[in-house]
Amino acid sequence: MDLSYTNEELAFQNEVRTFLSEKLPTAMSEKVRLGKGLSKDDIEEWHSILNERGWLAQNWPSEFGGAEWDAVQRHIFEEESSLANAPRIVPFGLAMLAPVLQKFGSQEQCDYWLPRILSGEDWWCQGYSEPGAGSDLASLKTRAVREGDHYIVNGQKTWTTLGQHANMIFCLVRTNTEVKNQEGISFLLIDMDTPGIEVRPIILLDGTHEVNEVWFTDVKVPVENLVGEEDKGWTYAKYLLTHERANIAGVGSSNAGLEAVKRMAKAEMACGKPLAENPHFAARVAQVEIDLMAMSLSNLRIISKAAKGGAPGLEASMLKISGTVIRQEINDLARRAAGMYALPFASEAVEGSNQPELGPEHSRPVAEQYFNNRKISIFGGSNEVQREIIAKTTLGRMQ
Amino acid sequence: MNFELTEERQMLQDTLRRFLRDRYDVPTRNAILESESGMSSDIWNQIAELGVLGALFTEEDGGFGGKGFDIAVVFEELGRAGVVEPILETCILGGGLIAALGNETQKALLESIIGGETRLALAHGEPRARYDLNRVETRCDAGKLNGHKSMSLGAPNAEHIIISARESGAVDDNDGISLFLVPASALDLRSTPMMGGGMAADIWLEDLSVADDMRLGPKGAALPYLESAYAAAITATCAQTLGAMETATRLTTEYLQTRKQFGRPIGTFQALAHRLADMLVELEQARSAVIGVAGYLEADPKLRDKHVSMAKNLMGRIGRQIAEESIQMHGGIAMTQEFELAHIAKRIIMADHFFGDVDHHLERFIGLSAA
Repeated sequence: MDLSYTNEELAFQNEVRTFLSEKLPTAMSEKVRLGKGLSKDDIEEWHSILNERGWLAQNWPSEFGGAEWDAVQRHIFEEESSLANAPRIVPFGLAMLAPVLQKFGSQEQCDYWLPRILSGEDWWCQGYSEPGAGSDLASLKTRAVREGDHYIVNGQKTWTTLGQHANMIFCLVRTNTEVKNQEGISFLLIDMDTPGIEVRPIILLDGTHEVNEVWFTDVKVPVENLVGEEDKGWTYAKYLLTHERANIAGVGSSNAGLEAVKRMAKAEMACGKPLAENPHFAARVAQVEIDLMAMSLSNLRIISKAAKGGAPGLEASMLKISGTVIRQEINDLARRAAGMYALPFASEAVEGSNQPELGPEHSRPVAEQYFNNRKISIFGGSNEVQREIIAKTTLGRMQ
Repeated sequence: MNFELTEERQMLQDTLRRFLRDRYDVPTRNAILESESGMSSDIWNQIAELGVLGALFTEEDGGFGGKGFDIAVVFEELGRAGVVEPILETCILGGGLIAALGNETQKALLESIIGGETRLALAHGEPRARYDLNRVETRCDAGKLNGHKSMSLGAPNAEHIIISARESGAVDDNDGISLFLVPASALDLRSTPMMGGGMAADIWLEDLSVADDMRLGPKGAALPYLESAYAAAITATCAQTLGAMETATRLTTEYLQTRKQFGRPIGTFQALAHRLADMLVELEQARSAVIGVAGYLEADPKLRDKHVSMAKNLMGRIGRQIAEESIQMHGGIAMTQEFELAHIAKRIIMADHFFGDVDHHLERFIGLSAA
């Protein structure tokens, strides 16, 4: 056993650091540091900076223009990016759809769609969840009926992240109602400009607009936009979900969050002394840091296994749980640290809320982030679903 | 021993509950939350007409209640409906301090408070004071106020604001703090809506002249009165949070009974059912804490404050559990702004930031318990 990076990995880490310090625009990292929302332009700009360096498609094979990084390299990049307050790469096209196309799509589909993902010509969003199909995703009802060279799609998707920016959506649709839920699902690529598609914003409890409802009424989709075979979409969806779980532990963002809490605790005063010196608060911070240190090592163990070609199984579910619990605990500490100045709420939904921002800069996003990050234990397979996977796999099917 | 409400309080509870159920539904409240003033004058007047504000004052001050249990009954209902109007700020803090300290002229305000014509706020907190009541850097020297008051709850909608300032001593001395009753129009307010609804403001004081007759109560001796006002405000906040937790628990119960996944109501999954059971267990703990703090509000300050800190700590802890578990068991739907639970959960969590959080009151309790 050796817990340190190899020389090659250290060199790579250096390369990433240099790149970030030279290429990450300060205005952008400031927005990330202060927890401000990023615009579509910001995200596209960062994607194009990464693409120029060949680092946008990190896990793609080189034949498609990917960097072909292994799990350790991806981890190093993620860690350094978080510490430098770089925006996160929007994963829908790059990390979710692309691997599915590369494994199950036709040559034509790969040749057409993959370069457009890299160039930013297409912004993809994910059409999975429906109002009645959350944890039980396979019960989805959005219907696609074949008519000649087209599918006619009717139904509703929800929680579509950044769908307001997207021009393309990949969707799970039901093409067969005669078979078991999982066996009648297909994977379709749909142009958001097609008549019959309506995107409605959902404002989250922290006042942000990051998710949407997407409604389909008699939407015509060319059959060549079917990925793989009809009715086999569930297999592809599951394959995609294993990619959704890459970087599931969020070690980088937890580290950055904990550092932010520590900085706050040095600046905030309690009983005439820095909050950091309050034994009670210090103990809370230490407790989370201890959990995070252990989780980071768990994460590295899995990454190292994955880099050697092993497939993460239950460990991914375990990391999803500990990673989200720790992240939410850090959000809670930040909220506490801010004291009274956690109270202001600058929502875009509240009229006339371009009031002066009150309190120190560091306290402004904390309540919003606390509430917004309640989502991380819900999406991508809720923590209850993950526990079920762990328990069922371990106990087997008991009668 | 008797844990039943008196007939009057039972009637007050029924009336207020019915009124809020009929007139303060979710769309109404969402419209209020999105309005610029963050409150409804209409609702305010109707609540005053029902006599709810009078229930928060004693008979000698022109009301018909004013005891801990009156506060608890009113605020539990306000919390149940997620009411955001600044009743606590006006009646418990502002009105409470005037009732305790006002001269005859100042006390004349009480009638218009009870009648719903006047709103008040207290500006005591400061950026570096965190939750300590004795730490006041704002000074009053030769009739001029200088300092920075932070997050004065309800101030943007108040006609009069009570400002604390130090007339003598070091920043954390218990003695030397005075209160001044100042018309809001004379103040430099910077307002903000709050995460859990309602409004607050920071106030910058630069050589603001205050006449002697604006002083509320004795010179330099306000701290014990502030402690009493905060004890009542914490009672109200805890009762309000209890009401909100009851709503969160009710919504979660209904959701577990009706939401189906995998072909059955999700409440049939034991993993969720047991967590709901845990919420109900904690809710009873919370109810007892509120009864405790309400029942000892008029007791000797040492006994009172032990219950105050016990309740505020417990409500913060249980509140977090109930708010977070309710959201988690609802899933994505609870993350949406317009869904009832979102507002209720925000009120529960953000109440931890009023009048001292879980940690502040744990430390205070350690001191009180050891004494």
